[in-house]
Amino acid sequence: MSALLETENLSIAFGGITAVDQVSLAVSPGQIHSVIGPNGAGKTTLFNLISGLYQPSGGRVNLAGEEVTGLPPEQLARRGLSRSFQNLQIFFRMSAVENVMVGCHRHERTGILSHLLALPNVRAENRNSREIAMAQLARVGLADLAEKEAGSLSYGALKRLEIARALATEPRILLLDEPAAGCNAVETEEIDRVIHDVAKAGIAILLVEHDMRLVMRISDEITVLERGRKLVSGKPDAVREDPRVIAAYLGTFGSEEANRA
Amino acid sequence: MERLLRNRWALVLALALVLAALPLVFPSNYYFRVAALVNIFALAAIGLNLLMGYAGQVSLGHAGFMGIGAYAVAIGASRFGLNGAVAMLAGAAIAGLLAFLVGRPILRLKGHYLAVATLGLGLLISMTLTNEAGWTGGPDGMAVPRLELFGLRLRGPDTWYMISAGALVLGVILALNLIESPTGRAMRAIHDSEIAARVVGVDVAAYKLKIFVISAIYASIAGSLMAFLNGHITPDGTAGFLRSVELVTMVVLGGLGSVLGAIVGAAMLVILPQALTIFHEYEHLLLGLIIMASMILLPRGVIPSLLARLRGGGA
Repeated sequence: MSALLETENLSIAFGGITAVDQVSLAVSPGQIHSVIGPNGAGKTTLFNLISGLYQPSGGRVNLAGEEVTGLPPEQLARRGLSRSFQNLQIFFRMSAVENVMVGCHRHERTGILSHLLALPNVRAENRNSREIAMAQLARVGLADLAEKEAGSLSYGALKRLEIARALATEPRILLLDEPAAGCNAVETEEIDRVIHDVAKAGIAILLVEHDMRLVMRISDEITVLERGRKLVSGKPDAVREDPRVIAAYLGTFGSEEANRA
Repeated sequence: MERLLRNRWALVLALALVLAALPLVFPSNYYFRVAALVNIFALAAIGLNLLMGYAGQVSLGHAGFMGIGAYAVAIGASRFGLNGAVAMLAGAAIAGLLAFLVGRPILRLKGHYLAVATLGLGLLISMTLTNEAGWTGGPDGMAVPRLELFGLRLRGPDTWYMISAGALVLGVILALNLIESPTGRAMRAIHDSEIAARVVGVDVAAYKLKIFVISAIYASIAGSLMAFLNGHITPDGTAGFLRSVELVTMVVLGGLGSVLGAIVGAAMLVILPQALTIFHEYEHLLLGLIIMASMILLPRGVIPSLLARLRGGGA
């Protein structure tokens, strides 16, 4: 299967420190590709490069065979790349369903004059976006909370709300930055199910996650970063047993977690 | 959703009924005049609230756009012989165009920096109106020819009360429509997280600009109506810095992100100074105290704070 998303020698430096150094990876449709590494390894920075929030100082990003290096996030969204955030980025003053409806934005076609006049086609579009949003909320198990103000939802619910919002853009690739961080076991289970479900629908997934059990269970492929560089990449079993990974990442206290995983 | 829609039209209906009923209890033209000013400032405040309360972008120079609307009808009618209504639309177009041109570079700024940049824009407009005395009459201002529509000369505070009330209801309907539309969701999203809005495909810069233009047009129409009502305009009275501050105060006092709040804020800031004149030299002191007390007791603005209390009490 050909890759949907590829990075080639992607790099960025901040004031002399190379945060991401010549990282190449590829994700295919329906594949779950995890990026792991110790804190400060450059995982989130890599995500910010791929999703257009940072301009790379070297290398390139290809999406569906076209170069998209340095395109702003809104244009990447239109080409089918969306993401969630490690530190929540929620529209807190809007209801849960409205949050997801913003995700429908790139499919909405009516103009601002019709919006001011609330023409019938705008009302139809609102209904349509709401239906799509409700379906995505159901997909992540939040249908019951649709009308609640996002600010009143629990942390675990907000994590899933971000995924639903990104899914509403109908992405071809979804970048998930620590979707299970701060979630309890039940919520992590739910997120596991959602990610599987999304991948099964043919969407490529690039995942950063600290929960090793989740990563080992869910991933088709794992790339390990250390100090901005790619250390190893391969299948979960191979990565788990790689001595370099154990030394660098799992290291001292991580080894017991690796055993449990 | 249905409840929301019902509320939305209930608000419009209630407002229209109140505005239609008020003339029955007004004892004199003075009341019509004050009420017309409330309508006019409410219209400008609603537009500014779209920008500040919904899209989360501040403007400390919005009276500048009121000034453009006011001088457009004065200059358009006296110098170019335009019909007042046409001049009003021309003013709205000029205000919108200026907002479009200036908004592009300055809306990249955030927070305090945007506040200062918009402040500069407001000062620039008001200085231009003051200095171009050949066109505007300078600091002393100029007279505004009466508006003639369908052979009728529109004059008198009662007439302008009805016209401004109609404009206000229309402005409320358009604003409510916008808020519940894809554009409305995009602008509210920008307020809470620009980054999240961008990664789902919202062109943040383009939406900020659209809302800035719309709010400028609201202010311009309000300025034109004020010019017709007063019959005489000055740069300070229409476009001055204090006017801009007044508009911001109305929005914050009444409630950021509340259309009704903008109306309440406008009513408070127009009516209170009039009502407090009976206290003579303590007038300004009292006004300041009331504004402070209102912000302390209703910190999210009158309407949002009261709504939160009602909800808290009802649940």
